[in-house]
Amino acid sequence: MNETALLIAAALASGTPLVLAGLGLLLNEKAGVLNLGAEGMMLVAAIAGFAAAFHTGEAAVGFVAGAAAGAGMAAVFGLLVIWLNTNQYATGLALSLFGTGFSAFVGVSMVGKKLADQTPNAVPLLADIPFVGPAFFQLHPMVYAAMALAAVMAWFLYRSRTGLVLRAVGESPAAAHALGYPVRRIRFMAVLVGGALCGVAGAFLSVVYAPLWVQGLVAGRGWIALALTAFATWRPARVLLGAYLFGGVTMMQFALQSAGVQIPSQLLAMLPYLATIVVLVLISRNPVWIRVNMPASLGKPFHPGG
Amino acid sequence: MLRLEPRPQPSQWMSWVSPLLALAFTVLLASLLFIALGKDPLAGLAVFFVEPLRGLRPVSELLLKATPLMLCALGLAACYRANIWNIGAEGQFLLGAITGGGVALWLTMHNLGSQTLMPFQSPEPLGPRGLYAPVVLLAGALGGALWAAIVAWLRDKFNANEILVSLMLVYVAQQLLNYLVFGPWKDPQGYNFPQTKTFDISTWLPVLLPSTRLHWGFIVAVVAVLAFWLFLSKSWRGYQLQVGGLAPAAARYAGFSSRSTLWTALLLSGAMAGLAGAMEVAGPVRQLTPHLSTGYGFAAIIGCFVGRLHPVGIVFSSLLLSMLLIGGELSQSRLGLPNALTSVFQGALLFLLLACDTLINYRVRWAGRRGGQKKEANDESRGAQA
Repeated sequence: MNETALLIAAALASGTPLVLAGLGLLLNEKAGVLNLGAEGMMLVAAIAGFAAAFHTGEAAVGFVAGAAAGAGMAAVFGLLVIWLNTNQYATGLALSLFGTGFSAFVGVSMVGKKLADQTPNAVPLLADIPFVGPAFFQLHPMVYAAMALAAVMAWFLYRSRTGLVLRAVGESPAAAHALGYPVRRIRFMAVLVGGALCGVAGAFLSVVYAPLWVQGLVAGRGWIALALTAFATWRPARVLLGAYLFGGVTMMQFALQSAGVQIPSQLLAMLPYLATIVVLVLISRNPVWIRVNMPASLGKPFHPGG
Repeated sequence: MLRLEPRPQPSQWMSWVSPLLALAFTVLLASLLFIALGKDPLAGLAVFFVEPLRGLRPVSELLLKATPLMLCALGLAACYRANIWNIGAEGQFLLGAITGGGVALWLTMHNLGSQTLMPFQSPEPLGPRGLYAPVVLLAGALGGALWAAIVAWLRDKFNANEILVSLMLVYVAQQLLNYLVFGPWKDPQGYNFPQTKTFDISTWLPVLLPSTRLHWGFIVAVVAVLAFWLFLSKSWRGYQLQVGGLAPAAARYAGFSSRSTLWTALLLSGAMAGLAGAMEVAGPVRQLTPHLSTGYGFAAIIGCFVGRLHPVGIVFSSLLLSMLLIGGELSQSRLGLPNALTSVFQGALLFLLLACDTLINYRVRWAGRRGGQKKEANDESRGAQA
């Protein structure tokens, strides 16, 4: 019983970086920009956040540094893609490749260092409820913040005027432009905020989840977050759901091991990646789901002059 | 205000100048980085661009590392020309290493090999020994093609995004390799290291130049470049592939099957990467270890773009990337800088290339502040009409 509760808590923590990055990418994509650089942004943010938290001893500083690093990386991407009209696929790839190398380069001196474990903040009273308490109310504040963010994102996209404009920019930039909206500026802002959220996700991994730095710490979570936006058919609430599902799959390897199932650990470590493929297949086989919800101009450049 | 003005026609000239421009900017960036790190920029650049060319041995190492890059990049070029975004060459490379290495290991374990390494002999070798290395390479190509076939199948049958599937399969391939070398294929006499037995000498790729590590795989890669060039420029299938990428609607109208393009491009690409993986284990490494993934498959993505998706361009870009790889290794010993410097420069190169590529389609115009705004307003109204 208690083990199940701990497993739920672990799945929620493991899904949190996916929630944050997934929502950031969702915002990008709703504005019509596909950023394949999530993995690179998360890696650079992870080392920036870790270094900042290590030197100041404050996890919060780590998150700020991570957000700034993510936004900085995203700014480079945005400049290229939005103002210079480069190919979004290739530029995103470049961002990922660069981020992977750059994080390894600057992180060399940080390998082997460790942050103090972040003591989970128990919510008063609620944490004492048997089972429910340990499962849901003894988590890092960022876990709850990510949940709240999903609600905020849903409200912003579907209930606010700015969100409506942002979606219009993603559906039909030419029409939005004709109505007088600054398409490129809106897209750039979306890219920056998306990058900052990917940054917080990266910092969560190195500051709270691990909490240490090793080369390639993000281990494909940036790509999984990208898959998640398709899985969620571009709906914030489904990003939340999908992220925890993936968190659960990631944790399943430990659960299976502790249950004494005789499967080599390397094969269990494949699970999150295989799950991503399976989910992609399940979602993609129904073209209607994808087509109805995907922003119509996703991945297409926009140049007002031509 | 600088502004971009669309060119009436993409500049052919710029598409060849842009990689050189990107390289120049990368060198500039590298110099600034060296200065920032308190190193002499000239000494730093010499490690990357002079040392790898100094003498026969460094040059042979340069060609050795360029071999897998060329092969992977050629295959990826087929995909990108057909507008198929395979970015999992690293996984296909690893699968080639696993299947090629697996065959080499089987030949070794069954003692079908040479007289030199094994303490006891099997009376009858299985077929002529001269064929072992080619069989290993073939197995590698098949393995890589198989891994890419998963991507093609899922895309074909379920419309699953090939970027994400091919990339997820990189992580799966790495775990598969780990499983094999930590588990069933581990050398029992290997002092508990996660590695297989060293393959028998009969499965090795023969060395091309004595006293170097450069092997016959380099010749295979050069032949592949020629074959690929013929395939793209002369063959019907190659033509269909390119039309499918450039103008999907025209390809459909002409009755070219996008399915067959998908399968051709991905199988070709996987086979090339798998071949490169098998060459790596039958060439310099000679056993399977968890550390076979050295990023050739990812670097090849950069090589592919820098080489303009053209076989000849890819030869040059692969040599350049190989130089960066060797420079990164040298800078560790000479300058005390981390090896990851290589991937920083590689990533920067691709970034700068994409930025410079803007000049292919756009002209940069300097317009005074007021004039610029006026022009902008004109464009805006034109945009509104369109």
